[in-house]
Amino acid sequence: MAKTFAEKVLARAAGLAEVSSGQVVDVYPHLIMSHAASWRCIKTLEKLGTDKLYDVDRIAMVMDHNSPARTAKTADDQKLCRAFAEQKGIKKFYDIDAGIAHVVLIEDGYVRPGMVLIGTDSHTTIYGALGAAGTGVGFSEVTAAWVSGFLWMRVPDSIKVVINGPLARGTTAKDVMLKLIGDLTADGATYCSVEFHGSYLQGLSVSERMTLCNLAMELGCKFAYVPPDAVTRVYLSERGVGPGDYQEIHPDPDATYIRTVVIEGAQLEPQIACPHTVDNVKPIGAVAGKKVDQVFIGSCTNAKYEDLAQAAAILKGHKVAPGVRLIVTPASKKILERIIKEGIYSTFLESGALLTNPGCGACAGDGGSMADGEVTLSTANRNFQGRMGSYSAEIYLGSPLVAAATAIRGVITDPREFLSKEG
Amino acid sequence: MTSRGRCWKFGDNIPTDQIVRSDRAFASIEEMAKYVLENLNPAFARNVQPGDILVAGKHFGQSSGRAIAPKALKATGIAAVVVEYAARLFYRNCFEIGLPLLECPGITDGVSDGDTLSVDMAAGLVRNETTGKEFRAKPIDPFLMGMLAVGGLIPMAAKLAGED
Repeated sequence: MAKTFAEKVLARAAGLAEVSSGQVVDVYPHLIMSHAASWRCIKTLEKLGTDKLYDVDRIAMVMDHNSPARTAKTADDQKLCRAFAEQKGIKKFYDIDAGIAHVVLIEDGYVRPGMVLIGTDSHTTIYGALGAAGTGVGFSEVTAAWVSGFLWMRVPDSIKVVINGPLARGTTAKDVMLKLIGDLTADGATYCSVEFHGSYLQGLSVSERMTLCNLAMELGCKFAYVPPDAVTRVYLSERGVGPGDYQEIHPDPDATYIRTVVIEGAQLEPQIACPHTVDNVKPIGAVAGKKVDQVFIGSCTNAKYEDLAQAAAILKGHKVAPGVRLIVTPASKKILERIIKEGIYSTFLESGALLTNPGCGACAGDGGSMADGEVTLSTANRNFQGRMGSYSAEIYLGSPLVAAATAIRGVITDPREFLSKEG
Repeated sequence: MTSRGRCWKFGDNIPTDQIVRSDRAFASIEEMAKYVLENLNPAFARNVQPGDILVAGKHFGQSSGRAIAPKALKATGIAAVVVEYAARLFYRNCFEIGLPLLECPGITDGVSDGDTLSVDMAAGLVRNETTGKEFRAKPIDPFLMGMLAVGGLIPMAAKLAGED
């Protein structure tokens, strides 16, 4: 029988010849990621009364959500993780300087086609950018997987999203996804595997693929997946990972999908997710002119090198509007190094932006809080009430292009006003 | 696993950010339980009794997979959560921490806040004792039922480790 990506990848990780959607199987993930919550996993391990780990080389730990520590409690949690990593010989331990777990692990070549990865973070779906199956799990599940090596998974149904490219001027993967989330709603793909297909993917950068798979979580999905291709292989080979180091998985052409959705890139406009849900999406024309107090360019969705370069290209030669706070938080240390080298860092500084250390920053509520009634335009992935400070504050989500244009004008602004007609 | 209690009814698409507010995420679970769902119904955390049943609509527990959300709900003493359907991570986390969860299509139209409900987890049956109506939940995998029976993943894992 023809199989989807999800059925094939779970069969392989469970050591079975084949599995079908709906089946519950024991899966051995290739990588088990825990982030700032790692201390909870370590405390749970103490309760289990064992300290034998299945395979320390499958464990990755990244101190990303609240770094550097702002309280003694957080410092203590991080100290516990550091000591644990040292004691157990966890080589993939990243301290507070590294950046956001998802971005760091992809940059360092630990995410490969055909892998199954679990993490203590809902946006673990991002690993689909390289043709892997990533999904979020709870703290004690990570602990149990550290010890046993496996965890249960229900084989999901699959949804096919066909994106016809190229995209219209001034739009990005962020706009594709906001449009899709608006159309399908926040539970449009609950417990499903979302497979991306279509001509838009040809030659698409890994950075934009990450944005697709990261935001697919906001449809409620379990996995997101972009079929690996030449772009994937080149990206990996640049990180010393050759074709012999992984086995790609591709769905059968006649596999069964519970739904197929088509997005026409040529008709796309910049999209904005309005307060207080990610699926409250409007084309930019409907909200342009809304006054903002703060612009945040950050998060695992949109603070990668390409995102920052795009925003800086618009900001160059402009100043942030008076009274508006622009906060830029690069996703990783490597990205920070690159933007410094290429002068992008200076462009942000000269425009009036505040640059923070790499990490999750304001997206995880660590800095960048808003006062009552304030408004932020953010490049992150969530705008639920209470996520960035006051309950009466509002979060609008948009692309890095929208963020840059909005910072200059002080009101939500269509970035096409700053782009050349050809661009 | 049968229980009987007051129905506390909530709406659709409730994110974990509203089950436990982000700024309470570092408090103890007992402290979080005192404020659980505070912005949607402040009376819930104040008046909920052990054995009560929480009913909510579709996509309950969306947003970040914070297991503190089901933990705080469990700490109120509620016997079960019955929803139209749950967000994937919330579903997983409920079984992981041992909070009985049923997905029961049609439940929100069939119960009102304050009704008396009884829930038979093993049979997957929810009965509205106030109106006499019965609802059948989606079946739960036997493996997950076993995990629930011992109180969640860690008690189960400890039990399995002890048998080695």
